[in-house]
Amino acid sequence: MKSNFWRRFCRNKGAVFGLIVLMLVALVVAIGPWIAQFDPWDMAGMPFAAPMVEPGMPLGTDTMGRDILSGIVAGARVSLLIGVVSTVVSLLIGVSVGAVAGYFGGWVDATLMRFTELFQAIPSFALAIVLVAIFQPSVGSIVVAIAIVSWPPVARLVRSEFLTLRQRDFVAAAELAGQSTSRIILTQILPNAASPIVVMASLMIATAILLESSLSFLGLGDPNQMSWGYMVGSARSVLRQAWWMAVFPGVAILLTVLALNLVGEGLNDGLNARADGRGK
Amino acid sequence: MNTKHLPTPVLEIHGLDIRLPKGGDRQLAVQGASLQLMPGQTLCVVGESGSGKSMIANAIMGLLPRPHVEPVAGRILFDEHDLLQLDEQQLRTLRGRRMGMVFQEPMTALNPVMRIGEQIAEVFDAHVRLSAGEKRQRILAALADVGLPEPELLIDSYPFRLSGGQRQRVIIACALILEPALLICDEPTTALDVTTQAQILKLIRELQQRKGTAVLFITHDFGVVSEIADDVVVMQTGQIVEAGPAVDVLANPQHAYTRKLIGAIPQGRMREQVATRDINHVLQVQDLCKTYVTGGSLFKKGRRVEAAKGLSFDVRRGETLGLVGESGSGKSTVGRCIVGLAPFDSGRVLFKGRTLQSGAQFREQSQGKIQMVFQDPYASLNPRHRIGAAIAQGPIAQGLSKDEAMARAVDLLQLVGLGPEAADRFPHEFSGGQRQRIGIARALAMEPQLLVADEPVSALDVSVQAQVLKLFAEVRERFQLAMVFITHDLRVAGEMCDHIAVMQRGQIVEYGETAKVLANPQHAYTRTLIEAQPRLSASAAMEAMAA
Repeated sequence: MKSNFWRRFCRNKGAVFGLIVLMLVALVVAIGPWIAQFDPWDMAGMPFAAPMVEPGMPLGTDTMGRDILSGIVAGARVSLLIGVVSTVVSLLIGVSVGAVAGYFGGWVDATLMRFTELFQAIPSFALAIVLVAIFQPSVGSIVVAIAIVSWPPVARLVRSEFLTLRQRDFVAAAELAGQSTSRIILTQILPNAASPIVVMASLMIATAILLESSLSFLGLGDPNQMSWGYMVGSARSVLRQAWWMAVFPGVAILLTVLALNLVGEGLNDGLNARADGRGK
Repeated sequence: MNTKHLPTPVLEIHGLDIRLPKGGDRQLAVQGASLQLMPGQTLCVVGESGSGKSMIANAIMGLLPRPHVEPVAGRILFDEHDLLQLDEQQLRTLRGRRMGMVFQEPMTALNPVMRIGEQIAEVFDAHVRLSAGEKRQRILAALADVGLPEPELLIDSYPFRLSGGQRQRVIIACALILEPALLICDEPTTALDVTTQAQILKLIRELQQRKGTAVLFITHDFGVVSEIADDVVVMQTGQIVEAGPAVDVLANPQHAYTRKLIGAIPQGRMREQVATRDINHVLQVQDLCKTYVTGGSLFKKGRRVEAAKGLSFDVRRGETLGLVGESGSGKSTVGRCIVGLAPFDSGRVLFKGRTLQSGAQFREQSQGKIQMVFQDPYASLNPRHRIGAAIAQGPIAQGLSKDEAMARAVDLLQLVGLGPEAADRFPHEFSGGQRQRIGIARALAMEPQLLVADEPVSALDVSVQAQVLKLFAEVRERFQLAMVFITHDLRVAGEMCDHIAVMQRGQIVEYGETAKVLANPQHAYTRTLIEAQPRLSASAAMEAMAA
């Protein structure tokens, strides 16, 4: 099973590239303090130093003389943290809502789906801005805001998976065997719906990172945490004098999001046995 | 048939090899296949699933999923061309014009958003230039030709209005409209009811005789072969093991595999009657009613489908009742009602003399002693659970300890003819027949007193079918089970059941002892069903009726 998964995953070259990039990012997060010698908020050198000019500052400094490399390393931690935690939270909400709606059907399904549509009817970014503005910007409130705006698609996906899996004969057999409803949902149906959920989760981490960057760009990031979006945002007014201030954090966002998307594709190939040219 | 002018074969295949992708169960899907098809003749390619018979059809039409599956040797001669050497462009001019194809699944072979007339017109647009009026005339003629009622109305309707049999007729009309020299039918009647199957086979035969088309007919059913074939080619794991005129092969099969296939066909031999009937009823069903309402809204009444209208029957210990009917007769719904997977509207279901309430309590009251074996062996096992766990889950849910349940699972696996090592494997490692055995073991793990089997063998090859039926008979004797056996196949019902209830549109139209129902059917519908069963030959049919 495992080796088949890896064989299919590795057949997708983009996915392997994505995985390598992600591992590099994770490595940067882990050994961050050794790469970046400066506190990201400290004035470490001359303001507006171009890359490779000041010793120890290969990516240059910003308007206040803060080291860009240190900022990117610190931002990686924040971005990944927010991306992963908010995805886990929205999976928890989305999977529960979708599973209950898809399994029970009828009025339960109708009620939960109307509730889901309530969130889908509001533009997600606008809702996130409002939520962060109400709760005061902090890592916690940003995670909550991103989770709240991104669970509805999960609920929809899980519901549709459950609707079809619910009709399968093995579920009927489990019912006849007298298994409890929660057991059937957790052990019979959920494992079979896992592959699309995993694929979607990898893509959601990417969107969450983008959302966090966008919020920080607008100045709604956590004021105590350096983040990639904040760095791009602060470079906005001096874009023509100091291109490096916007480009390097921008490239970091681009690479990470791209890597996550590629890995998502690869997971899709790897977990989908049918792409192997074999039937069920 | 064609003795006047010197016959040259329409289609000749010489030493065809088709390669499977790496990691397949064998290297060559088809190995050294050679066959000849004369004009106006029907050649049946017979074999079980995985024998490579459909590969040949797809190779002729150029429909193989290249480069994964590719013909590597041999020639396919048609119209003085080697089809394997032609490029896509040249093949396209032959498809539809010189060769037509009819597929297995009529429900998906038509584009659901195109009118019938437009779909047939596509064939004209691809090959010939005709005025709109003339096109319409010819489509109408073609629809009338395949025996469809009211072609004027049908031509402008969408496929969803048509039944499976009617759709298959449209596809045949479509395949034959440019009068091709060769018609390839890939299991065209497998997805259809027996009565529809009989009609379609008759239609293909008639059209062929009238137009002189050569037909390459792919099937797994020797009953169909005896109805339609002039010549037969029998395939086993990619190789042709026997070929010859249909009459000879059927009457005097030379190869062991052919004999095995013919021997495995249910002959409708009756099961001997149980001498003394147990007095206690395991299951009594009284006046069961179930109506589905679909598509209703606040302002509109939904469509009502009466799946069961006042059904009554009973089953005693060690006995088997056959519920026989075509698709849509409500037999599966009844099955789901009596195991408690679907609620029923009115009537009573008594299990060992106790009334079971419809709804959520039903399964609690039956305490898992009513079990079911499902139709589709691929959907009835959870692909993520090991076999042992799948069988043990029921007893565990009923309070047995995990070790005892696993021990019972291993015992049962041996009982159904699989080794104890099967317990640690996943469902995808098993064939359809083996999965059905696992399904039976899972049902037996609950120590049931009533077993409901919903078309348990209809998805299996004939030889496997015979083995699974034998297993059912064995466990019935061993555990003195009462069984309700749901099937569309009267031959299977004849072998398995003590009593038969024939269902049509939610009602039991005939109910009685198997021998009486089959030998002396009272209702017209039962007679139609019996006549529609494809048989090896007419004489065998007479014997079966007389027995």
